[in-house]
Amino acid sequence: MSFLSHLINGISLGSIYAIIALGYTMVYGIAKMLNFAHGDVIMVGAYVCFFALNAFGLPPVVSILLAMLVCTVLGIIIERLAYKPLRAAPSLAVLITAIGVSYFLQNGALILWSASPKVFPTIFEGTIRLFDGQLTIGLTTLITIAACIVIMVGLTLFTGKTKMGKAMRACSEDKDAAILMGINVNRTISVTFAIGSGLAAIAGVLLCSAYPLLQPTTGSMPGIKAFTAAVFGGIGSIPGAFLGGILLGIIEIFAKAYISTELSDAIVFLVLILVLLIKPAGLLGKKTVVKV
Amino acid sequence: MERLVPTPSLGVIPERDSDKPLILDIHGLGIDFGGLHAVEDFTLLIGRTEIAGLIGPNGAGKTTVFNLITSVYQPTRGVILFDGYDTRGKRPDEVCRMGIARTFQNIRLFKDMSVLDNVLVGMHNHIPYSMLSAFLHLPSYHRKEKEARDKAMDLLGIFDMQNMAKWQAGSLPYGAQRRLEIVRALATEPKLLLLDEPAAGMNPAETAELMENIRSIRDRFGIAILLIEHDMSLVMGICEGIAVLNYGKIIAKGSPEQIKNNPTVIEAYLGKQEA
Repeated sequence: MSFLSHLINGISLGSIYAIIALGYTMVYGIAKMLNFAHGDVIMVGAYVCFFALNAFGLPPVVSILLAMLVCTVLGIIIERLAYKPLRAAPSLAVLITAIGVSYFLQNGALILWSASPKVFPTIFEGTIRLFDGQLTIGLTTLITIAACIVIMVGLTLFTGKTKMGKAMRACSEDKDAAILMGINVNRTISVTFAIGSGLAAIAGVLLCSAYPLLQPTTGSMPGIKAFTAAVFGGIGSIPGAFLGGILLGIIEIFAKAYISTELSDAIVFLVLILVLLIKPAGLLGKKTVVKV
Repeated sequence: MERLVPTPSLGVIPERDSDKPLILDIHGLGIDFGGLHAVEDFTLLIGRTEIAGLIGPNGAGKTTVFNLITSVYQPTRGVILFDGYDTRGKRPDEVCRMGIARTFQNIRLFKDMSVLDNVLVGMHNHIPYSMLSAFLHLPSYHRKEKEARDKAMDLLGIFDMQNMAKWQAGSLPYGAQRRLEIVRALATEPKLLLLDEPAAGMNPAETAELMENIRSIRDRFGIAILLIEHDMSLVMGICEGIAVLNYGKIIAKGSPEQIKNNPTVIEAYLGKQEA
């Protein structure tokens, strides 16, 4: 029974990684850049939700929507101010800028909200008992998994069926050809950042509901792990981010439960290295053949 | 935007287009890459429903001219008036929305997407629903998506490609990929279609069929077509006006007959004849 419990917790943690990884992978797919500030957008989302709940006493649903709104706007602003001017710059310059934005957000949070950790309130209260009470699952866990599935299905439909989704896929395949088909690439990139950042807010709230300690660095480790998950699944691929996230969550929880709590992060990254040695493009990534 | 009157210049446009405003009026166009004058003093008029050809040896600057017309490059000198409007400073996507569409010398389809989706991407700016109605799945979204799909299928019908609609674009045979590029470009509802070597890699039978297709596209949509092509049977067979480019400069302009017998053109292609 403890195995099942660990598995469910792993899927739940993995769901959070998956939601964050979607942001990384979509931005990478379309703008061909690694937005290392993505993890810190999660932290901002969690803080916004925290203050909406605690300081303004807003209902949870409104607080989450507010967090999404703030993060969406933040994502668009970051893209416009920091990344858009570098569209033609070498990718290294963009990468360093992203790291800079990440530090900016962390230190901004430090000034605004201080370093002392805040205890995130419980939004989803309750547990479900199965098998005569042998298996207890928190409502937060279930909602996290459900949210991830809804987001995954929604995004798949969005990119597959709608014209903006098709424009995004077209941009990710061949930006120049897409421009010449009349697609406004800048707008498409903005929409991508908006969606990714809105999802980051959801991930932030879910993360802090599961691990209710909120501080300015809250987003960085989950951010790095979600990035790992995106690479693990094949960066640029939406199903890859989903798969990578879930697997990473399961591996981490199992490593904690059966091997060692201290070593769990090391094991997670060890798995990443092994996967990349065997499948350099990630589990669902496409092998790119470079013409010589 | 102010509608400009085209500057008079030398050029052949079909009789039937002579009383209509020109679709393309390029005057004194030039672009430098570093010290190199890649295109210089390029002047070309294209009639409303003309099929025009741009030919010349490899490296003459033909694709550069296409890139200038579509605003991929901004000209160093000169003016491009499209349908009376100056395209200077416009982004390529804006120029596309004005009504210029193109295909590419090296095929640039969205290979991982389906044939139908490629055409739908071309129709991007003509599918009039908002993001909100897509998210909420309003009836208007479904209706407009269906209209768009029907129209895309109709366009695929030009080349009898409806049965391939669900195929992955990258899995199509080479000739079909070239044809799909033309359909995708048509989906943007252009007034001027630029074809960059549409017959490249096609056998004579396919080329002959393509010629018919190009003519029927012009007749059906009433648009102008400017094509770059090395296959002389195609160029001489369908083009009404031809411009010959060499080292970035136009060395001859005229009807197919005039071009065929022009000694400068023959020299550019075959070298100077020994006396």
